[in-house]
Amino acid sequence: MLALVSPALLVILALIVLPVGWLAWQSIYHDGFTLENYRRIFTEAIYWRSFALTFEISLAVTLIALLLGYPVAYLANAVPKGWSILILSLVVLPFWTSVLVRAYAWLALLQRTGVINQFLRYLDVISEPLALVHNTFGTVVATVHILLPFMVLPLYATMQKIPGDLMQAGASLGASPSLTFLRVFLPLSLPGVLAGCTMVFVLCLGFYITPELLGGGRTVMVSMLVSRNVELYNQFGAASAVAVVLLLSVLAIFVVVSRFISLDRILGQK
Amino acid sequence: MNTKRSFGLGCALLGAIGVTTAANAAEQITFVSQGGAYQQAQTVAILDPSAKKLGITINQDSIPDAWPAIKTQVGSGKPIWDVVDTPTGNCLRGGEQGLIEKLDFSKIPNGAAMPEAYRSPYSVSYEFYSSVLAYSQKTFPKDAPNSWADFWDVKKFPGRRALRNHPFATLEAALMADGVAPDKLYPLDVDRAFKKLEEIKPHITVWWTSGAQSAQLLNDGEVDMEMAWNGRVSAVAKEGAKVAFTYNQGILQSTSLCILKGAPNLDTAVKFLNQAVDPVHQANLPLHIDYGPGNPKAFETNVIKPERAAQLPSEPANAAKQALMSYAWWSSPAGEAAEKRWASFMQK
Repeated sequence: MLALVSPALLVILALIVLPVGWLAWQSIYHDGFTLENYRRIFTEAIYWRSFALTFEISLAVTLIALLLGYPVAYLANAVPKGWSILILSLVVLPFWTSVLVRAYAWLALLQRTGVINQFLRYLDVISEPLALVHNTFGTVVATVHILLPFMVLPLYATMQKIPGDLMQAGASLGASPSLTFLRVFLPLSLPGVLAGCTMVFVLCLGFYITPELLGGGRTVMVSMLVSRNVELYNQFGAASAVAVVLLLSVLAIFVVVSRFISLDRILGQK
Repeated sequence: MNTKRSFGLGCALLGAIGVTTAANAAEQITFVSQGGAYQQAQTVAILDPSAKKLGITINQDSIPDAWPAIKTQVGSGKPIWDVVDTPTGNCLRGGEQGLIEKLDFSKIPNGAAMPEAYRSPYSVSYEFYSSVLAYSQKTFPKDAPNSWADFWDVKKFPGRRALRNHPFATLEAALMADGVAPDKLYPLDVDRAFKKLEEIKPHITVWWTSGAQSAQLLNDGEVDMEMAWNGRVSAVAKEGAKVAFTYNQGILQSTSLCILKGAPNLDTAVKFLNQAVDPVHQANLPLHIDYGPGNPKAFETNVIKPERAAQLPSEPANAAKQALMSYAWWSSPAGEAAEKRWASFMQK
């Protein structure tokens, strides 16, 4: 067994553990031990603002993705197999397009001379173009689009495992469909909700290209601080420290979440 | 440091191909630039002719931002590269940190003949570009904004605006908008510049980060005026968009050539440096791309036609209207402090 696993373990060691360890080492060692890089993060307001903004955006994206994704997963679960395959393919389809292309596509839709503004002006709904992009709004819209599959798939996997006869049992005991949903289906789907939310939230924390292109320069997420710190301080330690803090936040989230739900449920959708 | 061009495949391809003129020659160097159409233009205009003249082989590599690689290579004690074309600030900073060779100008007569502002103990100017005021001719068919004071005047010139999300050239523009003469900018009055920037901040729709983004904003009519690099604006205009720019109060910036400390082929690298800034080779460059020669003597060679010269940022009459960026100031402690202050300004 160990012989079978060891190549995979070696790959993980070489590609993940070593680089991350090196990253952490650089953040505290630069011509001697130093905590300067961390002192900066915890004392300068811009870091705090970026972390706060990143968590706010991630939270907003997660909630919107849940509101949009739950009905889709529910529908995919409720319809016959052929239809559910179609629905799920539509959900996964955007995966085949690069994040960069999708960001530019949103730019074409949302900008001042974009499709949406031109259409609304044509309908005379608005007289001045709306500021839909180059701000946090545009960033959130595009990020939701990119991360939606990570919400829908775990939800669908969980719903698949809810036995259909439970719903019938509820109905036979006289509960209305909405009551059965609220009291039976929804609670049973909660592990999927938690799994999807964790995936989306954690992935969103590290988003870079989307806020860079659609944020107009004002939406500075943590990943952008990482790249900016390399430029600004001419050493990787300053950037590594930001990455380490972000990594620790993600680990903390996983630890908290794992108290409620087993981790393989989030990652492996068992 | 930022690079003004973004590169896709070009980087990878050029890096892989390399150039093999005079394949039998024993002497060779590795030359590094930023890839893409820009490095191709250099290959035709400067690198191939220099290799031929010296009878050497010039291997090419490319990287969008050379600075981290310079640090790692020299730090390892065994650099692979010899000559790097990089924003001038990198050469100065590298020189101070012992990463870049000090140049012996007696061996680089072409460089020695260049004006002092165009070289440093560690580098020679290689090519010029400019951060200019660009605008949509649709929004401003006549009476277009012509100075940074106009850019700041939101009453007289209403419209959406973009600036670069970087202090380089932006602080200079703010000071010129506040009435500082282009030749009296340095040392920059950083407080005054940021104060002036606060004034325009609410009217800035986009703070762009890449040259491609600035071109897209102008091309799609997303903004009516912006600061952009001259080559980007002329590329958009060539595609048929109704856009134009003025060199008036542009901020003239350069990349320079410098040699890595402990370069494997130091002597050949110095010989190459001299050829690379040869006035005729330099004059070839703008025939292939919208950047100006780093050696002003290129304009005396008759290689560049007068109408072409008039379009170039470093043409003497155009240069006279602009501010020459002081990389020495930007790599000084005051400059580095200003760079750090930028982040707080943006996130306030």
